[in-house]
Amino acid sequence: MINKILKKRILIPGRVSELTIYAPHIAEKARPGNFAVLRLSEKGERIPLTIADRDPENGTIVIVYLVLGKTSALLDTHVEGDVILDLCGPLGKPTEIKKQGEVVCVGGGTGIAAMHHIAKGNFEAGNEVTSVIGARSKDLLLFKPELEKISSRVLIATDDGTVGHKGFVTEVLQKYLQNNSSVSEVVAVGPVPMMKAVAKVTAPFDVRTMVSLNSIMVDGIGMCGACRVSVGGEIRFACVDGPEFDASRVDFDELMTRLCAFRDQEMLSMELFKKSEAS
Amino acid sequence: MTTKRKAKIKPRIGMPLLDPLKRARIFSEVSLGYRAEDAVLEAKRCLQCKKPTCRKGCPVEVDCKSFIRMVAEENFREAFRVIKDTNSLPAICGRVCPQENQCEGTCKLRPTGQPIAIGRLERFVADNFYARTSCEEETGFMECLLPDENLKVAAFGSGPSSLTLAGFLAARGVKVTIFEALHEPGGVLVYGIPEFRLPKSVVKREVDSLKHLGVDFKCNFVGGMSVTVDDLFADGYKAVFIGVGAGLPKFMKLDGENLVGVYSANEYLTRVNLMHAYRFPEYDTPVPKGDKVVVIGGGNVAMDAARTAYRLGASSVRVIYRRTKGEMPARREELEHALDEGIELEILASPLSFAGDANGKLQKVTLQRMELGLPDASGRRRPVPVDGQTFELETDMAVMAVGTGANKVLTQTTPKLKLNNRGYIEVDPATGETSMPMVFAGGDIVTGAATVVQAMGAGRLAAKEILGRLKKS
Repeated sequence: MINKILKKRILIPGRVSELTIYAPHIAEKARPGNFAVLRLSEKGERIPLTIADRDPENGTIVIVYLVLGKTSALLDTHVEGDVILDLCGPLGKPTEIKKQGEVVCVGGGTGIAAMHHIAKGNFEAGNEVTSVIGARSKDLLLFKPELEKISSRVLIATDDGTVGHKGFVTEVLQKYLQNNSSVSEVVAVGPVPMMKAVAKVTAPFDVRTMVSLNSIMVDGIGMCGACRVSVGGEIRFACVDGPEFDASRVDFDELMTRLCAFRDQEMLSMELFKKSEAS
Repeated sequence: MTTKRKAKIKPRIGMPLLDPLKRARIFSEVSLGYRAEDAVLEAKRCLQCKKPTCRKGCPVEVDCKSFIRMVAEENFREAFRVIKDTNSLPAICGRVCPQENQCEGTCKLRPTGQPIAIGRLERFVADNFYARTSCEEETGFMECLLPDENLKVAAFGSGPSSLTLAGFLAARGVKVTIFEALHEPGGVLVYGIPEFRLPKSVVKREVDSLKHLGVDFKCNFVGGMSVTVDDLFADGYKAVFIGVGAGLPKFMKLDGENLVGVYSANEYLTRVNLMHAYRFPEYDTPVPKGDKVVVIGGGNVAMDAARTAYRLGASSVRVIYRRTKGEMPARREELEHALDEGIELEILASPLSFAGDANGKLQKVTLQRMELGLPDASGRRRPVPVDGQTFELETDMAVMAVGTGANKVLTQTTPKLKLNNRGYIEVDPATGETSMPMVFAGGDIVTGAATVVQAMGAGRLAAKEILGRLKKS
């Protein structure tokens, strides 16, 4: 049945899970960088989630979510066999992948999942992939085994130093770029402050740097402009012009402000949801 | 027409309305609709002209004279059939068409200022028709036409053009599948036009009646992304219609336009209409609650946004328009309804910039005072800035209703489609066919933002052409 959850893998209990969903038409068309919009109930909102992997033969896509607000919390109550009410995709422009040598893929937190699809695309295109991933702690590092299969090396940073470099991915990235002048592109997916820091780190190296932006969206098909971002001083829509943009031209501060636009309402929704779950 | 004859003309029967004081803060439909006795009286005013001009004013060529005569004879069922013969969506057209520029604009009684209220009659006839499931009522045939599975036609988008095309073809035995990107069919009728002007139940009824005719609706399928034109032909579809609308909202490239508190009308209305955000937190989608709201623009969308903001509790709503009231593109009726409800106008003004607080939240808008200069290409006098005259308004929410452009999602993934320099699809005006054989297009993605009924006219044109070709082959 279409939109049925075939597999649920709990990556971080109560926080991050991976769903394998039967959606053959999306699986057939999805490319790295694409996302999907889902809605879970008749009164639900539409939220965008990056497609972390696809399997056209089995007609499945993989999404990974972090429980943040009501909709992701509700999604977390879904189990194998449940059906997603509305699932629309693939959306957004796919990552521009060409054979170009070495690509460094940077992922932070849940962003590692989205980055995985881009890294895999680069690997399949014949590029050498270096993955740089970071999280607060060792247990929160996602997709490490998957990335090891397609990367020449996986460099790690954790806030608490439980594995890899103690500190930020940007420090690892900077050191790597200093020692490897052959890198032709850096792609970063993660929290906005991380992507902003990546842009700052790569600027002196004159290396093409792309980031995947996670603006607030309503329709996801270019109709509403909720997701608009300033790129090089111009208004661009993350849903149809992106979600990937040249990091050096993105106004990250504006993006952070806009991501908080509905914070009060989001917190109220979450509170009400917790109450209803408890009762 | 002489004064003497004019004196004989009885005035139009008024449309019962919800009282402005009662309605201005709620989402119930404002126009209540004729009762049967109103409709009959109004229909009896019709002169039943030998050479009627009303039909020519209608983009989908409704036989107004005949259906009005049937209403006068209280044969509402037959009246419905006459309308439905050319118009798949009468309950919608009766509500949102600018009849004053169409059928009523060409009515012989127009010069008296009291043309027949054709739109109100059309709405009455449609609303009174409830035997929705019977194929005979829908199609005029005694039995349901089983769609011919070999005659498959697909449409992208489920707005007025595609719905009209589907109604026309399905009633003639063609299997139509509509691919809609959003989770609900109806296009602009569900995400754009508010409940108080066009109740969603009315749209649902029209969609359901198409389902009874065998039309398939596939929601969550994005044309060009989830499914392409080439996929459809490979799947055995004989023709494809593109009716995806012009949903890309325009902004004005002003300082502060991305502050929190500045929204496109599309975003604001989509949240409220499609996502039911006016019932947050019962519904999950949040909506900004502005207190001092400004709406930039003077069209129907600006009126819809302004009236919505007032219904969501704003203490003041000001519509900012660069020309004067007389040049506003909004329908007179909508403008009057808005003014009756308490919406204010700030004419001859155009925004220069927005400013916000330290948290990036909108606080004020700076406006340029305008005056009317010489007429431009559209014949309207061009607004020009008055040197040195700017002023500020405090505001915590601004809605940009300054038009839409071509949405590129489908067109950029369908490179064989020929577009004009504004990104709209080029079609043969006689058939609606695009540069790709057996691919047709109509509605706003061809013309740019226009009216519901113009889109319906385009759907009807393409449907006729498609049917002709399918029957030939």
